[in-house]
Amino acid sequence: MEHGSFGDESVATFSLNEEDHTLANAVRFTLNQDPRVRFCGYSIPHPSDARVNVKVQTTGDPAKEVLKDACQDLMQMCEHIRNTFDKTVGELKASEAVKKKNSHSQEKAMDIDSQESDSESEESESN
Amino acid sequence: MAGQEEERGDTKKKFSIFDLPDVPMGQLPDHLQLHRTRVLCNNDAPIHTESVQYSGAYATVGVDNSLRFDHFRNNFRVEVVRLTEEDMEFDMVGIDAAIANAFRRILIAELPTMAIEKVLIANNTSVVQDEVLAHRLGLIPIGVDPRHFEYLSENDQPNERNTIVFKLHVSCKRGSPRITVKSDELKWLPNGSELVKESTPSDSASKPETYTSFSCSQETIPEFAKNPIAPKYPDIIIAKLGPGQEIELEAHAVKGKGKTHAKWSPVATAWYRMFPEVVLLEEVEDDLAEELKSKCPVDVFDIEDLGKG
Repeated sequence: MEHGSFGDESVATFSLNEEDHTLANAVRFTLNQDPRVRFCGYSIPHPSDARVNVKVQTTGDPAKEVLKDACQDLMQMCEHIRNTFDKTVGELKASEAVKKKNSHSQEKAMDIDSQESDSESEESESN
Repeated sequence: MAGQEEERGDTKKKFSIFDLPDVPMGQLPDHLQLHRTRVLCNNDAPIHTESVQYSGAYATVGVDNSLRFDHFRNNFRVEVVRLTEEDMEFDMVGIDAAIANAFRRILIAELPTMAIEKVLIANNTSVVQDEVLAHRLGLIPIGVDPRHFEYLSENDQPNERNTIVFKLHVSCKRGSPRITVKSDELKWLPNGSELVKESTPSDSASKPETYTSFSCSQETIPEFAKNPIAPKYPDIIIAKLGPGQEIELEAHAVKGKGKTHAKWSPVATAWYRMFPEVVLLEEVEDDLAEELKSKCPVDVFDIEDLGKG
């Protein structure tokens, strides 16, 4: 991560390597919802380079800290989504297994893979 | 003078526009709420497609649009619509498109899987060219959990922790009918490559050097001892062989991500859409209702009995 601000800490452009819309748009979303942010946006300077520039302008707080908090918010959000998702899918599989057992009690209860619940991945943060 | 000022301040406060009964404090007027929560599909184009993200967007009407994490925590929920081994559809309620889209992008491009990356062809007399064959092999999904493996870096030696080796050796005898080579012909080699490097000095007493350097058999790794590694589906057609044709090769699978090549993408596709809501502008009854119901191919509409009396 590069830091593109000199003097004024409340304005900064961060250049994130090996990232794209996936992280940048999500971070922009959480940044925008932070009341300390006056302006934020991101751009991909060249489509062939794996790099995004995220500009943050705050009402006074250091932009670096605000970006960190936004990433933290995003992580917490994703964690909550992951937990909720795992819980819902787990409950569904459990209830289906029970149903199957009840309807075909003589048949062997199907062994349901628990792999699928891992299809949601966590955001990777590069600080 | 000072008293006058104060008085004026008071009167201003008294007649603040926010105190008028039709300006509800703390909640948005209906039309803004509609903009914020719905994409409208109009005749010409959809409108309000972008969500309002800025925290101070509604500051003038006294509504805080910033992220309230506890609010999100309490309102977010997941509802599974369909779940099978290969297919899943679920609703995420209380989430912004920015986050949902991030998940979609992650599913397609950033989740690692194992796929065949290197193919060492010893003999290929089939009509399928070497490079086409290698490409086809790369696209075959391999039924293994990639979390048991590491990435193979540029300077790494392929070993039991970053490479899976398959062997494919099929031939069609002269005079026999054509045969179809399917993915179940790919045989897992838990001990690594069997092809000997030509540069190996012949005088050395040590075992000949191959294209991988496994220190132990992958079969000794507990995860694979019970379920041997194989292509996920046994019936994927790789090539067809005519009489007298033969394919002999070794395929090395490594860990990778969909952003490098689609063969590492774990999904056929992943997509999201906004949750649809159909609003009828007027009550539709009798024959008209029957007609409306029959016109929709996916059975969106149903007819309800009107309460009599």
